[in-house]
Amino acid sequence: MSFGTILFQLSKGLLVSVEIFVLTLVFSLPLGFIVAFGRMSKNPIIRTITKVYISIMRGTPLMLQLLVVYFGPNLLFGIRIGENYRFIAVIIAFSINYAAYFAEIYRSGIESMPVGQYEAAKMLGYNKAQTFFLIILPQVIKRILPSVTNEIITLVKDTSLSFAIAQAEMFTTAKQISAAQTSIMPLMAAGVFYYIFNAIVAWGMERVEKAFSYYR
Amino acid sequence: MKLLEMNHVQKTFDDLEVIKDISLSVEKGEVVSVIGPSGSGKSTLLRCAVMLEKMESGDLIYEGRYAARDVNGKSAYADKNELKEIRGIFGLVFQNFNLFPHYSVLKNITDSLIKVDKLSKKEANERAMELLKQLGLEDKADAYPYQLSGGQQQRVSIARALAKNPDILFFDEPTSALDPELTVEVLKVIKELAAKHMTMIIVTHEMQFAREVSDRIIFMEDGVIKGQGTPEEMFNSEDSRIREFIGKLS
Repeated sequence: MSFGTILFQLSKGLLVSVEIFVLTLVFSLPLGFIVAFGRMSKNPIIRTITKVYISIMRGTPLMLQLLVVYFGPNLLFGIRIGENYRFIAVIIAFSINYAAYFAEIYRSGIESMPVGQYEAAKMLGYNKAQTFFLIILPQVIKRILPSVTNEIITLVKDTSLSFAIAQAEMFTTAKQISAAQTSIMPLMAAGVFYYIFNAIVAWGMERVEKAFSYYR
Repeated sequence: MKLLEMNHVQKTFDDLEVIKDISLSVEKGEVVSVIGPSGSGKSTLLRCAVMLEKMESGDLIYEGRYAARDVNGKSAYADKNELKEIRGIFGLVFQNFNLFPHYSVLKNITDSLIKVDKLSKKEANERAMELLKQLGLEDKADAYPYQLSGGQQQRVSIARALAKNPDILFFDEPTSALDPELTVEVLKVIKELAAKHMTMIIVTHEMQFAREVSDRIIFMEDGVIKGQGTPEEMFNSEDSRIREFIGKLS
């Protein structure tokens, strides 16, 4: 297998990694808000359920969660799973796991807001939705961006965990080629790809942070 | 005409009685200063008046409309829509300004006019610029709060409150977060408002200012009104405690 072919195979795998990355963010970023609100709910039942959920998601390995999501339906309920469930399982497992982390970041951001901002909004007649979306949320986003960036960079590397259920993304591909060719090179090349991927993500997030730097 | 009436107001925080049976009323055009030592309940009284805190018992009445009515020793608040309308009667200037840091000075003032009071952008901008001009801040319209001094921020927050055309303006220790020099510029603005017969209730530690600006001074201690009267009456009070308190701070 020529170097060019290897790079081509890895690139195909990279596309799947990017897909996992993007889809996970699309689902987990909003889902995190729902979990965060559940965690801050006045209702003790909702609060406890979300607390347990977060603690399980953070307290057990993501790889294990991935295996449970993928094999669980069949082993627990005897549901026959098709080949296309593999990718879906990856997205589900990653989304519910990252939602828990994002939820805690959102919560810390929301709870760090000074109560004076809510009071000022109330005095000016903003309703609750306006207060949250116009006054609180933009400031929360600015505050939590560095933590979110951290999670997103971790996610880029975590996509490689899909290897555990043989999802053909970049890491799985690299490992297969490496084993077939008895060469370390494909793994090194994959490492470079991950590094570049993250450099781009970090650059993008820096731009977003800059966009929020017009005020302090 | 009575703009504000509070009858037999009582408020406790975790068994601690912060306000014990206070009654007061404020006439249109009156400037009332509330003074007293820390922990006397004066800020809590103000926060009850602007409905940032709920009273346990007592009436809260604005321009004859009941925001809260005492029913068998418990304050029963009016429904949401009525409270929303009553909230439009008054404005509040906070001790630490509470400007929105992500909005420009202009937007801090205009945003709620547009989104809450449904003014056109043009009307809102005109009203805001007019106020900024009066307060000597017209060149700061596009600045962000962090770029302003504390005194300028407080003047913006006064403009923000005034833009809503309130009938009563409350001040919660408006100069406590400012150094003496900046205090002067904020007090000057409040004096100008007093000269225009704006109805104001000011919780303050600035005795000389209270003396100059107020029609009436209320002295609070331990959750009750210990005395009230014109500045002259209060500064020459026969009550030694009031004289001592005023004397220490002026």
